[in-house]
Amino acid sequence: MEAFKNFTGLVAPLDRPNVDTDQIIPKQFLKSVVRSGLAKGLFFDWRNQPDSQFVLSQPRFEKANILVARANFGCGSSREHAVWALADFGFKVVIAPSFADIFKNNCLKNGILTIVLKPEEVDAIFAAIKAHEGYRLTIDLAAQKVSDELGWSATFPIDPFPKRCLLEGLDDIALTLIHERLIQGHEAAHPVTYKL
Amino acid sequence: MAAQTLFEKIWNSHVVHEAPGEPALLYVDLHLIHEVTSPQAFEALALAGRKVRRLDRTFATLDHNVPTTDRSLPITDPDSKAQIEMMRKNCRDFGVTLFDLGAIEQGIVHVIGPELGLTQPGLVIVCGDSHTATHGALGALAFGIGTSEVEHVLATQCLWQAKPASMEIRVDGKLSNGVTAKDLILGIIGRITTDGGTGYVIEYRGTAIEALSMEERMTVSNMTIEAGARAGMIAADHKTVDYLRGRRYVPAGAEFDRLAARWLTFHTDDGAKFDRSLTFDAASFAPQVTWGTNPGMVTEVTSKVPDPAGYADATSRRAAELALEYMKLAPGTPIADIQIDRVFIGSCTNGRISDLQAAADLVKGRKVAPSVHAMVVPGSQLVKIEAEQRGLDRIFKEAGFEWREAGCSMCLGMNPDILKPGERCASTSNRNFEGRQGKGGLTHLVSPIMAAAAALAGHFVDVREWVRR
Repeated sequence: MEAFKNFTGLVAPLDRPNVDTDQIIPKQFLKSVVRSGLAKGLFFDWRNQPDSQFVLSQPRFEKANILVARANFGCGSSREHAVWALADFGFKVVIAPSFADIFKNNCLKNGILTIVLKPEEVDAIFAAIKAHEGYRLTIDLAAQKVSDELGWSATFPIDPFPKRCLLEGLDDIALTLIHERLIQGHEAAHPVTYKL
Repeated sequence: MAAQTLFEKIWNSHVVHEAPGEPALLYVDLHLIHEVTSPQAFEALALAGRKVRRLDRTFATLDHNVPTTDRSLPITDPDSKAQIEMMRKNCRDFGVTLFDLGAIEQGIVHVIGPELGLTQPGLVIVCGDSHTATHGALGALAFGIGTSEVEHVLATQCLWQAKPASMEIRVDGKLSNGVTAKDLILGIIGRITTDGGTGYVIEYRGTAIEALSMEERMTVSNMTIEAGARAGMIAADHKTVDYLRGRRYVPAGAEFDRLAARWLTFHTDDGAKFDRSLTFDAASFAPQVTWGTNPGMVTEVTSKVPDPAGYADATSRRAAELALEYMKLAPGTPIADIQIDRVFIGSCTNGRISDLQAAADLVKGRKVAPSVHAMVVPGSQLVKIEAEQRGLDRIFKEAGFEWREAGCSMCLGMNPDILKPGERCASTSNRNFEGRQGKGGLTHLVSPIMAAAAALAGHFVDVREWVRR
């Protein structure tokens, strides 16, 4: 996994709560056998409505790499394809007042930073996007800080372990196999309970 | 030893390694696999030159993509076919046991786990599917994972997990006649909302939960994820032991007795503490019908489609407005007036033998309304065989239902079983998200007997008035 680097990027607003992963990536795209090329499926049904006013259909947000959303973003199905689609489109960060657990974990595995901000801070970002064309935010993971070019900023919480994994681009499996002896010890003490 | 909850007992006995400021490394006893969330995991394993660490703890099935019609015919959708072929190749190359089409064990992964006796109390069980929570009904710690985590478990048989908080949901009293486990869990989700359980593992307790059959418990655990909680557990008891006795992968004789005694320890000790506790009265739940585009947008069948104008919070109001627009429903419409086009009885939520039996009992000797296209999809081939032995297939077919082969089918329409735009469906599945059953499809989640009654009437009915005492 690539290490997460601080950056300044364009922000796209998704002003709906409880955005489920069926909306982020509909089922027909789950037939993919690779992780790449899923940008075309991102919010497919919302983007492809006849008179689509959908935010990601608008040219001004084509190059967005920060998404700001409402509560419980990414709920529903565990499909990691939702994260792959966001990443393939170009998103590196999602900001919301809350995330569904499985989605949040999936983001971490793919180097996408999920930032939890207070509802009023999220409101402020939505308002700023409305007021300022081309609104951008700077993400500083080490400092756990989000800031704009107009003097506004907010800090965000993140556990030390996921923070380190993102900053260093750590490979989960390699980390785990450091504990090979302990895994073997557990296996020896806990045999399979199946009649095979 | 201090009093522990069911969750703590399993968590504590599965930590391989932990350190301050880090998630715990948990051992996984059972890893279930299906064709949709595994291809990229196996590919990454192959690229890294890794093997599957524990083939004796890894079992695969085909469920999401499979047709529920004649399976001797080739699969028509090229992407589905490719994904199924890839599962077969991966299982061959890596040596994983696969319950393929044609195998008696094949079916929806969360139906076959318990019925084959792979799901057992006290185990940590994972699968690349959020409804893995289902297995918690047997006193296991079971939750869904993403494909990268599937890869990790294949390679190491372990998973990094931050320890969730614990929530007790106590349901006491007795469910009314015609009110099912499905109505109970839909009602609970309606009350605690779709993120009421986020960050928690839920344990369901109380006299009403203990009174549930094993399959009813599975329905409750299954939909826990729709409240945001990854795992929904119910303590093991003598019903659990009786359910597992004699199943395909369960040992027999003295070994079974030893296991059973151990299984019965998987309950919460007196005096153990939860981070949060909620209590509900079973009698307060009525048959439920979802009206909106997530399982929390639900109400009683005797009630009406809500009016978004009555919502205090602006975001919720807008969400309800969008939902009603998608669902093509006017505020104030009585639920019982809503006409339906399709009925789907099946899925990992309600595709088991007791679900089919209850629906068959209701439709026996009656006919599906002329305006309705109804189908029954058994959750597994074993369920199908049992149902046919009981003659349920004849009852359904005589009533005008289609009788299909086992698979996920119309729960999410990855196979040809999908709704056309604008078709309204009474479904015993678990999600009514926009487009879930087909682009523009309108999904209403209900119990099997509510779906059966709607099939006969052509609209939703209060099944309590129909149920034979």
